[in-house]
Amino acid sequence: MRHLAYAAALVACLAVTVPLVPAFRLHRVRRIRRVAAAIGCAAAPFVVWDVLATRAGQWHFDAAQVLGVRLLDLPLEEWAFFVVIPFAAIACFEAVGALLGRHR
Amino acid sequence: MSYTALSALAVVVVLLLDLVVVRTRIVLTRQWWICYAICFLGQLAVNGWLTGRRIVTYADAAILGTGHEQFLGDWRVCYAPIEDIGFGFALVLLTIVSWRCWNARCAATPNG
Repeated sequence: MRHLAYAAALVACLAVTVPLVPAFRLHRVRRIRRVAAAIGCAAAPFVVWDVLATRAGQWHFDAAQVLGVRLLDLPLEEWAFFVVIPFAAIACFEAVGALLGRHR
Repeated sequence: MSYTALSALAVVVVLLLDLVVVRTRIVLTRQWWICYAICFLGQLAVNGWLTGRRIVTYADAAILGTGHEQFLGDWRVCYAPIEDIGFGFALVLLTIVSWRCWNARCAATPNG
């Protein structure tokens, strides 16, 4: 089970934020292509940073606690991190907007 | 460049992007700061898990503290190096700036 440790954190993050979409009727967040475009633009520079910093040895991922698939030296979970965290941020921002009564 | 310098630079660059370049001015809104406060708590939890369990470890030379994890102190907050706070702030703010831009762009085109 230890190799699921990183993936579990991402699943937990989604478990908390995905329900915000139906709960607050966040219609804009249902527009998958728009969400994907926004996430892609924001995540790209951070992925480059992450790949370079990993290669430079600034940080290191424990092979025993990830699934084992690596792409450009980053574990699959680290790639997923850059989709899950921006999605969570967008869902949170929109939910706060809904609470504040902003429809734009 | 050290993670410390890069993290500070990322915060400045994204703030300039929001306030001067793209002029989305997200950081001037209450919605942003409430959202960021919530994201920050989420970051402490996720980062605490990743660093406390040593899923991610850091090189001494790259950060202000040492490579040794502790809950608080030695430039660590909830096990994570202080630099992660800058990284997280920049990532979340850039995401919202990008989200705002894509929404404005899509609203301007039919079937966007």
